[in-house]
Amino acid sequence: MSSVAPAPGTSLDVNAIRADFPILQRRVHGRPLVYLDNAATTQKPRAVIDRLVRYYEEENANIHRGVHTLSVEATDAYDAARDRVRRFLNAADAREIVFVRGATEAINLVARSFGGSQIGPGDEIVLSEMEHHSNIVPWQMICEEKGAALRVVPITDSGEFRLDVYEQLLNARTRIVAVTHVSNALGSVTPVGEIVRLARDRGIPVLIDGAQAVAHMRVDVQALGCDFYVFSGHKVFGPTGIGVLYGRLPLLEAMRPYQGGGDMIRSVTFDRTLYNEVPYRFEAGTQHIAGVVGLATAIDYLADLGLDRVAAHEHELLAYGTEALTTIPGLRLTGTAAQKAGILSFVMDDVHPHDIGTILDREGVAIRAGHHCCQPLMARLGVPATARASFALYNTHVEIDALVGALRKVREVFA
Amino acid sequence: MNQHGAQEEVRLDDLYQEVILDHNRRPRNFRTIDGGRQAEGFNPLCGDRLTVYLRVQDGVIADVSFQGSGCAISKASASMMTESIKGKTIAEAEALFGRFQRMITAPPGGPSEQLGKLTALSGVRQFPIRVKCASLPWHTLKAAIENPDETVSTE
Repeated sequence: MSSVAPAPGTSLDVNAIRADFPILQRRVHGRPLVYLDNAATTQKPRAVIDRLVRYYEEENANIHRGVHTLSVEATDAYDAARDRVRRFLNAADAREIVFVRGATEAINLVARSFGGSQIGPGDEIVLSEMEHHSNIVPWQMICEEKGAALRVVPITDSGEFRLDVYEQLLNARTRIVAVTHVSNALGSVTPVGEIVRLARDRGIPVLIDGAQAVAHMRVDVQALGCDFYVFSGHKVFGPTGIGVLYGRLPLLEAMRPYQGGGDMIRSVTFDRTLYNEVPYRFEAGTQHIAGVVGLATAIDYLADLGLDRVAAHEHELLAYGTEALTTIPGLRLTGTAAQKAGILSFVMDDVHPHDIGTILDREGVAIRAGHHCCQPLMARLGVPATARASFALYNTHVEIDALVGALRKVREVFA
Repeated sequence: MNQHGAQEEVRLDDLYQEVILDHNRRPRNFRTIDGGRQAEGFNPLCGDRLTVYLRVQDGVIADVSFQGSGCAISKASASMMTESIKGKTIAEAEALFGRFQRMITAPPGGPSEQLGKLTALSGVRQFPIRVKCASLPWHTLKAAIENPDETVSTE
């Protein structure tokens, strides 16, 4: 893998990177695939695919219980992956890394486990207007159960988090703040440093939804000072069905288990069960071991390329794409925050995003059209849906040119 | 390269035929009807949302209209539906829905129902993800007939 990484300080060798992703060789409707739906899921490098195969061909066994060689090897790989994730997020302790199915499950775990004991009638949970449904619904469910309420931080018309209103919303009843790091629908990067500081000054824990961040920028949970940070493996070039909850150790240790079953226990009798220590307490049942080792490989791949270089490349794509899209008549960008990740969300006069998506697909260009699991945000923006192109490290100017060409085709069809 | 490579070429023009684009630009019967039956249809996948209004006299659809927002296919389908069922009996409209549904879900390449002007929508057969867009107005019509004031969903 290191063969594709240029010397530090130089830009990414995108052609070499593209060769690492088998699916990028595919053609769709007779055209080269232009994959611009990375906010939905990222493609997988050969290294990750090979790692999954190797796991199943050579190492497959259950972990933490076998005395045989395969089980020991699988356990070693699993534990090593946990430490790989710890280094990726710069967590202080590997016990702060809990493997889950994805960001959604991680938020549900915190809402259930932390919220279940810490949230009561009249309490408040603060989140933002641009949250993904997965960072709204779990909190809504706990609110309904406990008689608590959501308080929603508005955004500006350009899609920026209103820090001033946020500060006013924090009060003695606020039990947790849950906000996204990067908006999946708009690309806005939220001021997480300030968000965390203002909450922690008041002793309020903060959960950050990093699903759209970790593949695109360096994340340091200790520098952020957040209490929980969640992400999904499949959005960071890893397998589907695996994700991560980072939680500060004192908080995790005070939390009840999320699910009961094997591996999360120390001892069981019909009278009582003693729970295992953190993080195993939160990993009931046989885990997605292949997913965990695949995720570690994906993180290795990304780290070898260098997240700062990846971020620089994507910012360059964003600038180029933003400029290019303004040349399309009747196209309006939704989400023009000053701090943005590589996401271009847009609408076109007299053309529904669904029609844009279909026509682009015929040109081999894969984008997302819809509400992006952000119906409250769509309501705030006054649109039923948007079209969204989202970039990753393997995207190129040529692909953005193909997007622009396909959008001109949309204009032709709907002339 | 892949199993889809040998498939017959799917043309965009089959989906976005001129008559469909015309109904999208200038939807017919795009208005409300007071005092009749109505139902709302919703496609959570893409956010299409429309209301179908219906006035039935002696078992005959005396007037039908729709309002809402959606993609070109759902809008054109709703517009063409209103034109095709006005003056028909409820039973005739329901039979037409059945034939329409068969037309848009028939396997691509094979024979399909010929339904006059509605045949223009047969192109969605080649775009499976868009079949729901074309059928949403009809499902909503059915709800307006059978369970007025209910919301139907494509999911």
